[in-house]
Amino acid sequence: MTLATGITRLATLRDEPPAAGPGGPADPVLIVDHLTMRFGGLTAVNDLSFKVGRGDITALIGPNGAGKTTVFNCITGFYKPSEGMIRLMQKGGETYLLERLPGHDVNRLARVARTFQNIRLFPRMTVLENLLVAMHKPLMKASGFSILGILGLPAYRSAEKAGIEKAAAWLDRIGLTARADDAAGDLPYGDQRRLEIARAMCTDPVLLCLDEPAAGLNPRESAELNTLLRLIRDEYDTSVLLIEHDMSVVMQISDRIVVLDYGIKIADGTPDDIRTDTRVIAAYLGVDDEEVAAVEAEVGLTGTQAEIPA
Amino acid sequence: MATGSTTPIPVTDRAEASALPSLIKDAGLFALVTLGLCVPIVSYRTDLGQGIGLVITSRWGTVFALCAAIFVLRLVQQLYLTGRARRRAARAPVAEGASRLAAILAPITLVIALTLPLLAALLTGSLGEGRYWIDLGILILTYVMLGWGLNIVVGLAGLLDLGYVAFYAVGAYSYALLSTVFGLSFWICLPLAGLFAAAFGVLLGFPVLRLRGDYLAIVTLAFGEIIRLVLINWTDFSGGAAGISSIPRVSFFGLPFTAGENGFAATFGLNFNAMHRLVFLYYLILALALVTNLVTLRMRRLPLGRAWEALREDEIACRSLGIDTTITKLTAFALGAMFAGFAGSFFAVRQAFVSPESFNFLESAIILAIVVLGGMGSQIGVAIAAIVMIGAPELLRNLGFLKAVFGEGFDPNEYRLLLFGLAMVAMMVFRPRGLISERTPSVTIAERGR
Repeated sequence: MTLATGITRLATLRDEPPAAGPGGPADPVLIVDHLTMRFGGLTAVNDLSFKVGRGDITALIGPNGAGKTTVFNCITGFYKPSEGMIRLMQKGGETYLLERLPGHDVNRLARVARTFQNIRLFPRMTVLENLLVAMHKPLMKASGFSILGILGLPAYRSAEKAGIEKAAAWLDRIGLTARADDAAGDLPYGDQRRLEIARAMCTDPVLLCLDEPAAGLNPRESAELNTLLRLIRDEYDTSVLLIEHDMSVVMQISDRIVVLDYGIKIADGTPDDIRTDTRVIAAYLGVDDEEVAAVEAEVGLTGTQAEIPA
Repeated sequence: MATGSTTPIPVTDRAEASALPSLIKDAGLFALVTLGLCVPIVSYRTDLGQGIGLVITSRWGTVFALCAAIFVLRLVQQLYLTGRARRRAARAPVAEGASRLAAILAPITLVIALTLPLLAALLTGSLGEGRYWIDLGILILTYVMLGWGLNIVVGLAGLLDLGYVAFYAVGAYSYALLSTVFGLSFWICLPLAGLFAAAFGVLLGFPVLRLRGDYLAIVTLAFGEIIRLVLINWTDFSGGAAGISSIPRVSFFGLPFTAGENGFAATFGLNFNAMHRLVFLYYLILALALVTNLVTLRMRRLPLGRAWEALREDEIACRSLGIDTTITKLTAFALGAMFAGFAGSFFAVRQAFVSPESFNFLESAIILAIVVLGGMGSQIGVAIAAIVMIGAPELLRNLGFLKAVFGEGFDPNEYRLLLFGLAMVAMMVFRPRGLISERTPSVTIAERGR
């Protein structure tokens, strides 16, 4: 494990120019290069390259089955990509090759945090405990990897107190202070979504990946989520990459949008560019009948199609 | 509105006050009906007398015993039903009640445990007479300790381990072999036994890291059997099925419990009593069990302990938060196994004899049953479950009074496991999540100011 980390550290690729497409952000925190993910004969993601700018909110959108969550799982270490390179650049200049790190080191070393499409809290543990679990790395160090902690030394007690302070600050921010000692599984759905984001933030991430954070939220909760995400972008050194279907969220808060369809990037730009991009509209809404007819004529299907009227 | 909020309280009070006499009346009616039925059926019995003719024997004792039994059963049933109705009416206080009960039970149990040899001596007349109770106490505490050890693996980390007795065996054989072959003392062997068992815990942990639930249970079950079979068949190493006997007895930190000059009694100016060693063993296992408890309670507040619980809840979420699930699982296996190793070496020093017979699957099943019955994760629940699981079958040996009901030929010993089984079924029906199923948070926000 330490050897792998060493290799990753050695592989600083600062001199090499970023290979992702032109017009990307100048100071990227994440560079995805020629990412391909195959499951047997199915290519879920095909030669995908994009960049996430430091301090930006970048949205990854696309129709169902476009491969968005697969990209997320590759970035956060749950899948090992078939091909390609995923680089994460921290502010100090350290670069991590995420596809080479073991699952938990993507968060522990490279500091990429994520949430899940179907919420994954620790349901029987309290809200506060959920946040403290996320501070595993610093608390583990303070407890002397449990050996000093077992002996009840005061160093751990003060570290735990600081951890509780930090958790309490996040609870204030997401409005769950009153429910801090309730089981997380007993919270309403919207609260669970916010708690999962707060828990991910408690790991002090450089990049926060949110998988459909607005799914199942009502309009008021969606608006609250927008506020929370803007706060994360503005007050912390955390860039945000999110998958979302709710366009009111995507268009309002994204600095940049990457559009996927059938595992291929079909557009990459600001919300205004995306809104008017014909390929995006085609992917989401389908194309006009005349266009279909034109394509069918090209491949010589017109005759047979015309003989089967509706 | 004012009347609406005040009237219900006196009504329920009155209902409760009138409940008991009416319940007794109701139970009395049941007993009366039983009496009416019994008089023609049970009260007289005809037997073939000597020669010709029948002899009538009266059985009024049985009749009254049956009536009394019906009376008590009906009363208990009614009390339970009204109690349940009341609990249904106010559901929230039940959970509080259970944890409050645990808060009261814990210190009481501890005080009884600390003073048991004294209590046994006082109640039975002398220390020698109280031997049975101290022996029972040692047995129960051994299982309390094993239960608490397994609770780390099953209750906290959520890894279903059916081969826990293997680590108990490793601890026992560690002491047995180290002391008989190398002549090491118990106090050196105790930590070594813990370390060996922990090493075996890691050994088991590695191949099962990817397994969960049923599959994990099967592999751990097999592991337990492998250890036992190795102990039976590797005769050169472990003595085979005959086991290892004449294992050195425990000493009081170097002072042997013997009648001689340098013995424990002579050094402290006491009269020699064979019970000194037993009392010492009792306090030894009590101390070991309390250390297990203390370490577990501390671990729950440490990040590693929280990671165990988080692992039980959701392994994928753990990984996304930077928790190394491999290390976390292995530490749970190792720590749980270590306490089994301590308990095992205590078992060996107490029995002065070990054989593979003592480490069969039934032992694993009993320890797991203690953890599940106690409510997974609850320390006091596991302790109470151990007392019930180990103590109750022993107490059922003293059911002589049942002979009055079922006749002289009735041997309660033959039925004690049946009664015990029934009690366990009832328990699982009425409290399926264990005796104490409420989870105590390891930390609360109120402690922020502290």
